[in-house]
Amino acid sequence: MSITGAAGEQFAPTGGALVEMAPRPADRGVQARRATWYKQPALMAGLIIMGIVVIAAIAAPLITFYNPIAQNLTDALQGPSAAHWLGTDQFGRDTWTRLIYGARLDLRIAFIAVLFPFVLGTVLGSIAGYFGGWADTVIMRVVDVVVAFPFYVLLIALVFVLGQGARSIYIAITLVGWVSYARLVRAEILVAKRQEYVLAAQSAGLSNTRIMGRHLLPNVISQSIIYGMSDIVQDILAIVTLGYLGLGIPPPAAEWGSMINGGQNFLTTHWELTTIPGIAVILVGLGLSLIGDGLADILRPGE
Amino acid sequence: MTAAVSPGGASAGPMLQVRDLHVRIATRRGTVRAVDGVSFEVPRGEALGLVGESGSGKSMTLRSILGVLPPEASVTAGQIVLDGQDLVPLGQNELNRIRGPKMSMIFQEPMSALNPVMRVGAQIAEGPMLHQGLSRGKAAERALDLMRRVGIPHPERRMRSYPHEFSGGMRQRVMIAIALSCEPEVILCDEPTTALDVTIQDQILRLLARLCRESGVSLIFVTHDLPVVAQICQQVAVMYGGRLAECGPVRDVLHDPRHPYTLGLVRSAPDFDNVRESLVPIPGAPPSLITPPDGCRFHPRCKFAEEDCQVIEPPMRPLPGGRATACLHYERTIESLEAERAGQSLTAAEDAS
Repeated sequence: MSITGAAGEQFAPTGGALVEMAPRPADRGVQARRATWYKQPALMAGLIIMGIVVIAAIAAPLITFYNPIAQNLTDALQGPSAAHWLGTDQFGRDTWTRLIYGARLDLRIAFIAVLFPFVLGTVLGSIAGYFGGWADTVIMRVVDVVVAFPFYVLLIALVFVLGQGARSIYIAITLVGWVSYARLVRAEILVAKRQEYVLAAQSAGLSNTRIMGRHLLPNVISQSIIYGMSDIVQDILAIVTLGYLGLGIPPPAAEWGSMINGGQNFLTTHWELTTIPGIAVILVGLGLSLIGDGLADILRPGE
Repeated sequence: MTAAVSPGGASAGPMLQVRDLHVRIATRRGTVRAVDGVSFEVPRGEALGLVGESGSGKSMTLRSILGVLPPEASVTAGQIVLDGQDLVPLGQNELNRIRGPKMSMIFQEPMSALNPVMRVGAQIAEGPMLHQGLSRGKAAERALDLMRRVGIPHPERRMRSYPHEFSGGMRQRVMIAIALSCEPEVILCDEPTTALDVTIQDQILRLLARLCRESGVSLIFVTHDLPVVAQICQQVAVMYGGRLAECGPVRDVLHDPRHPYTLGLVRSAPDFDNVRESLVPIPGAPPSLITPPDGCRFHPRCKFAEEDCQVIEPPMRPLPGGRATACLHYERTIESLEAERAGQSLTAAEDAS
């Protein structure tokens, strides 16, 4: 929450006595929105949902005493009860336990997986946008090639080649996902580099790297952060999909995708085995989208 | 102000010399000859005003001195000699060691020339940290000192503010502080007061003039505002259509023009000493620099133009008093001025009687 922290600080001194230096009304609108970020219903709802999910995931061993992997065939396929809040699956594993351990795994992988394409795409996108010329041509042609493939086809093909496991997921998501950030950042840099402050920085003898890193990126990065929030949703869906297809995290680890897959055979008698992890995916997707919307409102420069 | 005053620098000649500068811009409609053989020099510690209409090539001249021309423009001929060193052949890395410590720029619109997401203190301290190797703390002290010198109240607090929290005048003060931060020897000003209202404009001009006096900085002051030139500059160079029309000491050039274009400029600007009933605009429009007129570029708009003006490209002719004009028939400007003054004294005498 460093963003909101900084916003709070910069809001404070404007109440000072210097009338001449008072910000223009338009600026005050942006600042007011930043200073009262906690009053945004979308952002708050998203933060509450994600807060609960993240806390449950982190505190999983404290919330439940069952082992998410250990089989107990005598308790197989039970309905909800005091002992098993959400029932058990065909191997007698507690669904609630597997659900929160699944959150642990899926969220961790998704949050890590979103960082690599974010960094790679931002760096390549700013190089393409700032320098233009052949660097731009090469990078953007590669982007075009990647974009030409449907997201899931390329992802599944890559994971299939690289083999099961978290490492393959990171690599595949990075290779497929960086293009969106690269396009976004390139477009923003193309606009921003025409601004006079870039000319001013050049006139002050700053190097290109410094101008990109210190002057341009801070001005354009907010769009990437907003996109990153919705990208996490996509990554979670991708991880769950890969798990469902048997390409993700290998069993018996608790993972939402493989839970949905495992419950499929019992859909007519025990629909909750498939439905409950499905609802969990929807909830997390909703929470992250709401946060993304809220952040977009706060980070977007004045209208 | 210790390092800035260096009268016995690399050479005792002028601080900055521009010799026969040519700048071309490639556009879809053809090559624009934005600057076409311009020469001038800026003596140490003095201010040169570069005056002309929009599109006369003043800003391009300024940007070629700094080496920050847009990608489609380039210097095709000429020399830009700063303190004995020609800047034209230098690469970006070499220029980056000169921009900042030896020359810096003040822009027209302080809001867009300041990074909106960086605290002003950090923006002022950036140059000293980078070019003079100051530590973060030392650079912050320097920034604080500069903010005091340019007259920003409560600098300790304002250092941590962002540009949008400042008023226009205060932002321009921040720009000046940034321009001064590496103790340069030349500051290029691109209409630094045009975006400000008149009272603030005067404050900023006085501040600039004082700071230059204190630290012996030379100034190039690009503007289309003649009173501003008269206030701050010792020398003036008038540009028209990518060429120099006239240059010389400010008072002489503005009071006794030797070029019909300068005369037109003076007539079309309000004169505070001698208020006329109406301003006289220059008829016509500035020439296209893709296909400039043959001969003198001003001849289609010039009321004194003769046949030879349409063929001969007038060279800069030196005149007594350290002046020069690019007019073949500059005597006609003098005659016209004298006639007008005679008429004025006549009406003044009539009014008195």
